[in-house]
Amino acid sequence: MSLLIIAEHDNNELKPSTLNTIAAAQKISDDIHVLIAGSQCQSVVEQTVQVESVQKVLVADNGAYEHQLAENISKLVVDIADAYGHILSPATTTGKNLLPRVAALLDVAQLSDVVEVISPDTFVRPIYAGNALATVKTTDKVKVLTIRTTGFDAVSSQGGSAEVVILEQVIDSTQSQFISEQLAESDRPELTAASIIVSGGRGMGSGENFHLIESVADKLGAAVGASRAAVDAGFVPNDWQVGQTGKTVAPDLYIAVGISGAIQHLAGMKDSKVIVAINKDEEAPIFQIADYGLVADLFEAVPELEKSL
Amino acid sequence: MSEIDLIDKVYRGFMKILVTVKRVVDYNVKVRVKADQSGVELANVKMSINPFCEIAVEEAIRLKEKGLATEVVVVSVGSKTCQETLRTALALGADRGIQVDTEDGLDSLAVAKLVAKVAKEEAADLIIMGKQAIDSDNNQTGQMVAALLDYPQATFASEIVIEDGAAQVTREIDGGLQVLSVALPAIVTTDLRLNEPRFASLPNIMKAKRKPIAVKTAEELGVNTQSNVETVSVASPSDRKAGIKVGSVAELVEKLKHEAKVVS
Ligand SMILES: Cc1cc2nc3c(=O)[nH]c(=O)nc-3n(C[C@H](O)[C@H](O)[C@H](O)COP(=O)(O)OP(=O)(O)OC[C@H]3O[C@@H](n4cnc5c(N)ncnc54)[C@H](O)[C@@H]3O)c2cc1C
Repeated sequence: MSLLIIAEHDNNELKPSTLNTIAAAQKISDDIHVLIAGSQCQSVVEQTVQVESVQKVLVADNGAYEHQLAENISKLVVDIADAYGHILSPATTTGKNLLPRVAALLDVAQLSDVVEVISPDTFVRPIYAGNALATVKTTDKVKVLTIRTTGFDAVSSQGGSAEVVILEQVIDSTQSQFISEQLAESDRPELTAASIIVSGGRGMGSGENFHLIESVADKLGAAVGASRAAVDAGFVPNDWQVGQTGKTVAPDLYIAVGISGAIQHLAGMKDSKVIVAINKDEEAPIFQIADYGLVADLFEAVPELEKSL
Repeated sequence: MSEIDLIDKVYRGFMKILVTVKRVVDYNVKVRVKADQSGVELANVKMSINPFCEIAVEEAIRLKEKGLATEVVVVSVGSKTCQETLRTALALGADRGIQVDTEDGLDSLAVAKLVAKVAKEEAADLIIMGKQAIDSDNNQTGQMVAALLDYPQATFASEIVIEDGAAQVTREIDGGLQVLSVALPAIVTTDLRLNEPRFASLPNIMKAKRKPIAVKTAEELGVNTQSNVETVSVASPSDRKAGIKVGSVAELVEKLKHEAKVVS
C-alpha cells in the first residue's frame, strides 16, 4: 500500500529530517508520497520532486497552512488518509505536534520516535530516556509513526522525478491563531544535521562564557548545543537543548563541556560516533560514555583547544 | 456555552481547569530491563509524579492564585496507586481529584479518550497536561485529547497568558519560540521552562488527605480502552563503554585527528 510522509519545511526549504524519514519509509513501501502543506511553498515542491524514491508530491498551498497549525493540517491529512497504510513524519516538534492529532482523528495509535523498522507492522522505539528499547507491533489499519532522524541515514535529495498533485481542500480553523515567531538565526549548521557538535553545560557559568565554545565550534564548522541546566539558567536559547526532552543528535563528534552527564542528557546524544568530555570532576558520569575524557578546568582547556585546531 | 458566556466566565475568574497527572518511575532512577524482556523492572522502584505533570499542576494553581480560575481538578488514569500521585497534586494546591480506575500502562489513545470524557463531564475550560511522560516518552496524549474534543492545542508551552477567552501561549519549537492564541476551551501541554513547581508544605500535605478523590471506571465513562499495539519485547540498548582519559589538550587533538579521524 502507499505511504504518506508529511514534509518538514519552512515554505522555502525542504528540511533534511524529511530525507531521513523517507529512508525509514523505503523499508515499508515502494510507493512513497510526500504531502507539502504550506503557503507559497513552490520552491519546496521543486526540491521534493527531485528526492530519491518519492513517487508523488501532494501540494496544499494556502495561507491556512502557512504556520503548520495542527488543527488545520490534521484534518487535511485525515481527508486523504484512506489511500494510505502508513503516515509518517520526522519526530520534530512539528511532527510531534501534528501526528498524535491525526492518529486520534483516525482512531488509531501513534508510535513515537521510531528508530528501526523491523517489518511494515513492527517497529523499535526507545522508552525511559533510551534506557530501554521496545519492539512494538501494531495491527491498526493505518500506522501513524514519527521517525527519529538519527535512526536512518538520509536518502539523496536528487534522482527522483515525482508526479505533482494539487490538493484543493482548505481547512482554516478559527480556534487557533498564529501570533508571532522568534526563530534563531545562525550561520552555524543546524543541531540535528551537524556532523560535529560542541555543547556546554552549567559549568560554563554564564551566557557570555559560551563564546569559548562558539569559537571552537566555528573552527570545526560545528553546531552548538547545551544541557537543560544551561538553558534553564538563561545562558542560551531553548532550541539548543540536547536530551530526552530536547533534541536528539548523533553527530560524528560530540564534545561535552562542563556537562555532568545526567541520563536525560545522555538520552539525546549517546548515539554520537565519538564523544569527548571535558569536565573538572573526574567522577562525572559523562566520562563513563566518553571515548576521550579530559579532566580539566574548561576555562583553561577550551581556549587551548581552540588554539590547537 | 456561547463564546460570550465563556469570555464572561474567564473575566470573572470562573474558569475551571482540568490537569492530568501520571505516576511514573522517578526521573533519578536508571531503569533496568527485565531478564525475560517483557518490560522494565518496576518492583521496588521509586515512583513519582511525572515532572511535566507537576509543572502542569503548578501552572493551574498559579492561574487560580491570580484569580483567573475557581477550581483546579486533577485526574489520573491507572490503578489505585495513582491516588498517591493525585494526593501529591492536591498537596500542591489542586482542589479535588478523579481517579479513572484502569490497569496501568494503557496506551495514549485510550488515556486520551478517558480524559476527553472527563473534560466534557467537568465542562473544563482549560486542560493542562504534561508534554510527555518520562516512562513511555510518547508525547501524544494532549494532542489526542484536543483532536477528540475538537479543541485547539498549544503544545510545549513555556508561557501561558489568559486573556479575552483565549490562552496566548509561547511554545518551545525546534527553531526557537512560537506564540499562538488558542480560543478556550483548549488544551495546553507543558514544557520544562513554564515554571518551577513549589514544594508542598506539611500543612498542605495534611490538608490534601481530606480533599475528595472520586473514582470512575472506563465502563462508566463509556470508553473502550483496548489497543491494537502489542509490545513484543523490551531490550537494553547496547552499552557504550568508557574510552580513555587523555592527559592534555594536545593529546586530545592528536587522538581526534589521527585515531578517531573526526577532525582534520
Ligand atoms: C523531566 C526532565 C527532563 C529533562 N530533560 C533534559 C534534557 O532534555 N536535556 C538535558 O541536558 N537535561 C535534561 N534534564 C536535566 C538533567 O537531569 C540534568 O539536571 C542536566 O542535564 C544537568 O545539566 P549539566 O550537566 O549542565 O549541569 P550539572 O549536572 O550541574 O553539571 C555541571 C558539570 O560541569 C562541571 N564543571 C563545573 N565547572 C567546571 C569547570 N570550570 N571546568 C570543567 N567542568 C566544570 C561540573 O563538574 C559538573 O559535572 C531533565 C530533567 C528532568 C527532570
